Amino acid sequence: MWIRSSMAYPASFVLMLFSSMLITVMDFVAVVLMFSHISSFGGFSLPEMALLYATASMTLGFADLITGSIERVGERIRTGTFDAYLIRPVPAFVQTAADGFALRRIGRPLQALVVLVFAFSRLDVDWTVARGIMLVVSVIAGSVIFGAIFVLGAAFQFVSVDSAELANSFTYGGQTMTQYPLTVFGKEIVRAVTFVVPLAFVNYYPVLFVLGKPAPLGLPSWIGLLSPLVAVVMVALASLAWRAGLRRYRSTGS
Amino acid sequence: MGVYWAIAVRSFRRFSTYRIATVSGAFTNTVFGFILCGVYLTLWHERPGLGGYDVPDALTFVWLQQGLLMPIGIFGATTTSELGERVRSGEIAVDLYRPTRLLLWWLSVDLGRAMFQLLVRGGAPLLVGTLVFDLRFPSRPLAWVAVAVGLVLAILVSFGIRYLVALSGFWIMDSRGMDQLALVLSCFFSGMILPLVVFPGWIGEFARATPWAATMQVPIDIWLDRNPGGIGSALLFQLGWILVLLIGGQLVTSLATRKVVIQGG
Repeated sequence: MWIRSSMAYPASFVLMLFSSMLITVMDFVAVVLMFSHISSFGGFSLPEMALLYATASMTLGFADLITGSIERVGERIRTGTFDAYLIRPVPAFVQTAADGFALRRIGRPLQALVVLVFAFSRLDVDWTVARGIMLVVSVIAGSVIFGAIFVLGAAFQFVSVDSAELANSFTYGGQTMTQYPLTVFGKEIVRAVTFVVPLAFVNYYPVLFVLGKPAPLGLPSWIGLLSPLVAVVMVALASLAWRAGLRRYRSTGS
Repeated sequence: MGVYWAIAVRSFRRFSTYRIATVSGAFTNTVFGFILCGVYLTLWHERPGLGGYDVPDALTFVWLQQGLLMPIGIFGATTTSELGERVRSGEIAVDLYRPTRLLLWWLSVDLGRAMFQLLVRGGAPLLVGTLVFDLRFPSRPLAWVAVAVGLVLAILVSFGIRYLVALSGFWIMDSRGMDQLALVLSCFFSGMILPLVVFPGWIGEFARATPWAATMQVPIDIWLDRNPGGIGSALLFQLGWILVLLIGGQLVTSLATRKVVIQGG
């Protein structure tokens, strides 16, 4: 339904799609401009940065496309429209995620794809089957991890209704961080994004594996392979949090 | 004159009620401040003295930028978005019937908003940044005056641009495209995604001549005392754009008033 309504004004849709691509690609334009002065950033060359950026952007883009609307659950609770979801025979989670599905959000993965193609054309990588599979799997796992973080942020809104922007600083802030080699943020941050909020598994460790670079903190080079496992754990955590939040909401006599 | 002051005061009061949004917004600014510091520390380590900045300059830039983006309205502002909405829906007709000037009315609303956000959020990221990093502060008292003037001028330039974008709805039926375009241009040329001093060659020179440069890059450079050509020419640059934009805005308002097309009716 939402897809059809977006396509009702095709010219407007194309314009919005193009603008959303332009807005999201600006972070990479900044990187390109930076590289007019330097040739290496945190040990990464421009094509390598492009790969990092493309995977970071694509994973967030997919997560935003599928679960992005869930961050508005606090708004729906506040306005009372959330209760309508609870009456219907479809899980509230599915409804919250699907309501307000914005097809134009595909703009972000699309521009990420363009940057990815650029990266591949310039990269000097010793491609093996393992590395190829690693990349594909990591994009899927990374999207799932970001999606889980979106849901965790949404679940927190059952506790604090106006905390949507707080969750945003973790999701969009996290995505901004993953566009860069995480080592530039220092050892403590690398530990935090590995063991606390596993952003490093979205794209950084898989990309290190693909590029044949060593992992920081003395971690094994195959640590990127753990991404799918991390994604599963995050999904479990997110679904627990969502169910707990929903139970709490129902029990307050709404 | 009194009515415009009253509008500004009420706008200030209205925005002071958005407490949670203000706090969570300041939190987001702080998070991004730390992320950008990580990035710029690396960049300036690779190329010391890039764009005429040293490391404290670059870090101060980050914290000022994060604090100022809301008050100045780099990503747009609630006030001018509402104006745009009223143009699209036709409610603007009510505004045009009032015995006040449309541009001055909305300018007062916007200044009220900006002053509140400047006072409450403008300095918050900078405060956090100072606790962690070694930042640059203006040394001479006159420099602080220049900073204050530069900030007000920046808000006026930003309003001028946003006002024109909002009024574009009189001619372009679906002005959301204009909003998006304005957002992209604002982010890029104001120095939001990268300080304009890092833009290479003619791209940099072009960027620094745009009105968006006057909204963020210029006031921050006044703070850092890094304006090429000195503070005087920087303020004149801002004033120049204010004149162009506000005169243009008044012209557009007159044209629009004559050609009111009410949508949705």
